[in-house]
Amino acid sequence: MSVTQPPVVDREESTGRFGDLVFAGISRGSAILIMLALAGVAVFLLQQGLPALGHHGDSTYGKDSIWGFVWPLLFGTLLASVIAMLVAAPLAIGVALIISHYAPRPIAKVMGWLIDLLAAIPSVVYGLWGIQFLALNMVPVYQWLEDHAGWIPFFEGPVPNSGRTMFTAGLVLAVMALPIITAICREVFAQTPKMHQEAALALGATRWEMIRLAVFPYARSGMVSAVLLGLGRALGETMAVAMVLAPTLLVSFNLITAEKGSSTIAANIALNFGNASGSKIETLIFSGLVLFVITFAVNFLGRAIAARGRKG
Amino acid sequence: MAKSIDVSDLDIYYGDFLAVEGVTMTIKARSVTAFIGPSGCGKSTFLRSLNRMHEAIPGARVEGKVMVDGQSLYEPSIDPVAVRRQIGMVFQRPNPFPTMSIYENVLAGKRLNAKRMSRSDADDLVERSLRGANLWTEVKDRLSRPGMSLSGGQQQRLCIARAIAVEPQVLLMDEPCSALDPISTAAIEDLIHELKADYTIVIVTHNMQQAARVSDDTGFFNLKAAGEPGHLVEFNPTTKMFTNPDDESTEAYISGRFG
Repeated sequence: MSVTQPPVVDREESTGRFGDLVFAGISRGSAILIMLALAGVAVFLLQQGLPALGHHGDSTYGKDSIWGFVWPLLFGTLLASVIAMLVAAPLAIGVALIISHYAPRPIAKVMGWLIDLLAAIPSVVYGLWGIQFLALNMVPVYQWLEDHAGWIPFFEGPVPNSGRTMFTAGLVLAVMALPIITAICREVFAQTPKMHQEAALALGATRWEMIRLAVFPYARSGMVSAVLLGLGRALGETMAVAMVLAPTLLVSFNLITAEKGSSTIAANIALNFGNASGSKIETLIFSGLVLFVITFAVNFLGRAIAARGRKG
Repeated sequence: MAKSIDVSDLDIYYGDFLAVEGVTMTIKARSVTAFIGPSGCGKSTFLRSLNRMHEAIPGARVEGKVMVDGQSLYEPSIDPVAVRRQIGMVFQRPNPFPTMSIYENVLAGKRLNAKRMSRSDADDLVERSLRGANLWTEVKDRLSRPGMSLSGGQQQRLCIARAIAVEPQVLLMDEPCSALDPISTAAIEDLIHELKADYTIVIVTHNMQQAARVSDDTGFFNLKAAGEPGHLVEFNPTTKMFTNPDDESTEAYISGRFG
């Protein structure tokens, strides 16, 4: 056997290397573009919104200061989102568990597919559904709550005939946040190591006990981050809430009334922007900046918790 | 406490696939029974059918009989959960619950029975179980540390402690030493010798020396041919299996001529 020199390949000429360069360039460019877009939005909101810090009177829709304007809306935003999460989180975790651990595989597949489909419905449609179906059908429930639990500030009423209340808005948001929470929970539940599930089963755990012993501890951080990402979705949702809620500037825990209830930042911007001009625009943009910061923080927190959970 | 197991003509299916065919054997109480055989011959599947763990895989079912002390495991009225409370299992890879302390890991099975235990009863049970698993002296000062902070061999003994804390009648071990170093393996083998006094132990192993060292009876599983179901070739006292087996293929496998 003779020893031959390996053929010298001219690396600069090979197309594979050229492909690498193109691909690296495209992906680097895309990443930079996204950062620029995000930075652009932030800069715009700061530039256009910060002048509103000095506004009062007419510019802030009759409030003494910008904070008097933003606070009721921020409060309403948080209230609607919290209602949505209180309803959506248990429901989503339940559905995710059914898909990952209870239902036979074909049924689980169809269910997962249907839940994903919920995410594809435009929010205007959710708004219409909220007004025309959900709100009207909730009126008797609200009426009952007002009659029997009216002494609790949440259910003071009066209940509007339209049923378009904070609670209805929260329910619509819950349905809208359901897909993302379910999808993430399902993913995390399905990744629970088989050996921990078997450890629980071998100790004589029922399926539910196995889920409590092995699945929930493993999935805890994933579940928290799923709910936070759902919360991020609910906080920023505009159209459905704008259609359901009356534009008010009140801080109110009353969940089942129309005129005396709260509204949300996003809905308020959508409803008022068309008629706004000059300093009012700055005021609305400032409220947008507040929403941007809050949503960003919630999403960031969600990702951070998910990342920490993966590590340990 | 320990009970014997009578298996007669057991076929194990996954869906339509026959994985193990026609196993008949008697596993004696207070003894160690080892299963050996090449990979994929169904010995683990058979082991799992003894506490209905294989049913964790959808479509798994059996035909035939498994009697534990005269009680059939597969009667329609028998709850697989109740079976697993009586017949504990230790797995190939140590699997303590990662979020639980050593203390909580030992109590995990007992807590499932939902009885409120007094603190002192719980302490007693933890000490008794960890002593039973030869782990007490190594961990008694750090019971609140996570179970995962232990070495692999210690984790496996923790899993054994967890399994015996629920006072099962039978302990099944599915290659309990295959992920461990030789020193940890020796510790587990010593433990098996001690546990034999109180429990019926069934162990699957790839290590024939281990089967020879720890077991009283040995079963050799094999495939008739690739794609055919696994079956029990020979079941005899371990001394006979390793000196003068009845079946030619047993001898071939044990002497290392195949598998």
